[in-house]
Amino acid sequence: MSTGPTSPSGDDRTPSPWRGISFEERMATVDFRVGERAHITVDSDVCRSCTTRECVTACPADLFAPTADGGILFNYEECFECGTCYMICNHEGAIAWTYPDGGHGVVFHHG
Amino acid sequence: MPGEPMPMADRTAAPAAEFDVVVVGAGPAGSSAALALARAGRSVALVERGPFPGSKNVYGGVVYGRVLDQIVPRWWEEVPVERWVVRRSTMMMTGSQSLSVDYRSEAWGEAPYNGMTTLRSHFDSWLADKATGAGAELITSTVASGLLFDVDGAVAGVRTDRPDGDLRAKVVVACDGVNSFLAKEAGLLPAAEATHHTLGVKEVLDLPREVIDERFGVRGDQGVDIEILGCTRGIPGGGFLYTNRDTVSVGVVLSLPQLAASGTRPEELVADLKAHPSIAPYLRGARLREYAAHLIPEGGYDTMPTLATDGLLVAGDAAAMTLAAGVWLEGVNFAIGSGLAAGRAADRAIARGDWSAAGLASYRQGLERQFVLADHRRLRRAPSLVLSERVQQRYPGLVCDLVEGMFTVTNPTPKAGGLRVTRRAAAKHGVKLRELAADTVRALRIFG
Repeated sequence: MSTGPTSPSGDDRTPSPWRGISFEERMATVDFRVGERAHITVDSDVCRSCTTRECVTACPADLFAPTADGGILFNYEECFECGTCYMICNHEGAIAWTYPDGGHGVVFHHG
Repeated sequence: MPGEPMPMADRTAAPAAEFDVVVVGAGPAGSSAALALARAGRSVALVERGPFPGSKNVYGGVVYGRVLDQIVPRWWEEVPVERWVVRRSTMMMTGSQSLSVDYRSEAWGEAPYNGMTTLRSHFDSWLADKATGAGAELITSTVASGLLFDVDGAVAGVRTDRPDGDLRAKVVVACDGVNSFLAKEAGLLPAAEATHHTLGVKEVLDLPREVIDERFGVRGDQGVDIEILGCTRGIPGGGFLYTNRDTVSVGVVLSLPQLAASGTRPEELVADLKAHPSIAPYLRGARLREYAAHLIPEGGYDTMPTLATDGLLVAGDAAAMTLAAGVWLEGVNFAIGSGLAAGRAADRAIARGDWSAAGLASYRQGLERQFVLADHRRLRRAPSLVLSERVQQRYPGLVCDLVEGMFTVTNPTPKAGGLRVTRRAAAKHGVKLRELAADTVRALRIFG
C-alpha cells in the first residue's frame, strides 16, 4: 500500500520513492500494444558527452538508464509517448522521436 | 515480432483517397472540427493514431460542458460522465499544513451542469461518434506521418502509415496534440522546446463508490475536484485530486525544464502528495488501477503558433489552447471551442473557393470573438505569475503560516494583530511586504 500517512512530507522528508509500490508494478497497470519498430532511438555516442542526463530524471516511464560506459540504455516498449525526453534533451541528435505505428503503443483506459 | 500483431479488424476499411478536409487526431478538437464540417455537408476524414479515440489522451480533472451546448442540446443526458463536480477546492499546502478554499454548489449537480469528471477513452469516443454520426469518416490506428504539399507549397493532405497511403484534401486541420508533428513540419511550432510545457503524471486509484461518497462528502453522481499548490518541492506546477465514479485520480503537473534540472523523479512527487496528511485520508486502502503521463502546453496566448497557413489550420493542444491560469485550469473545452471554429472556418473557405491562409483567416477571428482567444488574451500574463518563484515556493508556506498565526491561540500571550502576523509570516518566507503588495496588484490586474 502506498497511501498510509507515514510521515508528513516536508523539506526534511526522506526519499522513499515508491512508498510500497515497485516501478514494475506501476508500469504493469498500463496497457501497451508493443509494435515491432522502435519509435524512439537514442544515439549513445552523443549521450556519452552529456553530463546532465535530463531524460533519466524526467521520463515518467523511467525508460532511460545510464550504462557503465557512459552511454544511455533505452527501452521503447513501455513508453507513454508524452514527448518529455526529446523536449528536454539538450543534445541535438541524441534522441530521435516519432509516434509508434498506428494502433500500437500505449492505450490509456482511464486517462 | 515482439508484442501481438494488430488484428486487421482494428483498422477501419480503406478510405477514399480524397476529401474536402482531413482532420488529424480524434481528440476533442479534432472530433469537434470533423463534426462541424460533416454537419456542413463536407466530406471529412478523421484520422486517429490510437486504436480508438481517447486511447492516447490524459487530462487533469474537469471537462466544463457549456461549450457542448453548441454540439448537442441536452448533451448531459447522454455524455459518458463519471461524476458532476459540485465541490471545487483550491488547496495551498506545505509538508505539514494546508489551507483550502472550498466551494460547493448544489446547482452544479443539476442540469445544465457546470463541469464533470470523465474518462477520456469514453468521452473522446462519444465525441468522435457525434462526428461519424454526422457523416465524418473515422480512420483509427493510423498515423498521419507528414504533410502533402501542392506545387505552390500549400498543404494538400497528409501522408499516412497505412499501406494505402496518402489522403488528399483541400484543407488539413491539425489536431494532433501537444507534440503536433504536422505543425512542426509546417514550421509553425519549434521542433523541441521544453519551456512553456508541463508534464502531468497521474495515478487512477480504485475505491468503492460508497467510500468515495463518504470521504469526499458527496452522494449519487456528485463529484469533487481539488487543485493544489505547494506540493511539488518547489518545481513550478501543482497537484490535483478528483473523483470518478469508482476511482479517484491524483497527480501532479510539473514544469518540464525545472523538473529535468531537479533530479527528482515525477512519481516521487505523486507519492509525496498521496502521503500528505491532508490527502492521505482520502486515499487510504486505494489500489493503483492505471498510471499515466502526458505533456501540457501551458504557455497560453503568447506561445500560440500561427493558426492558419495555406491549406492548414491548427487547433487544440497543437495550438497551445490549454488555459493554465491558476484558478482556471481548462483544456478540453478550449480544444472543443477551437475545433468547432476550425471546422466552420474550413467550411467557409471551401464555400468561397479560397483555402489559402487569407481564406482561412476567419478561424482566428472566430476564436477572438468567443471565449477561446478572448479568455486567453485576457489571461495572457497569468501563466508567468502562477509559475513564478514567489507563488510557487514562498506563498503557500506564507499563507499557511499566516492562517496558523491567526488561529493558534497563544494564551496567556495576547493575540497578535493581523499586520504583525502577516509581517512575521512574510519575513519567515523571505518575502518583502512590498513584493506581496506588488504581486497582489499584479494578480488583480490579471484576474480582476
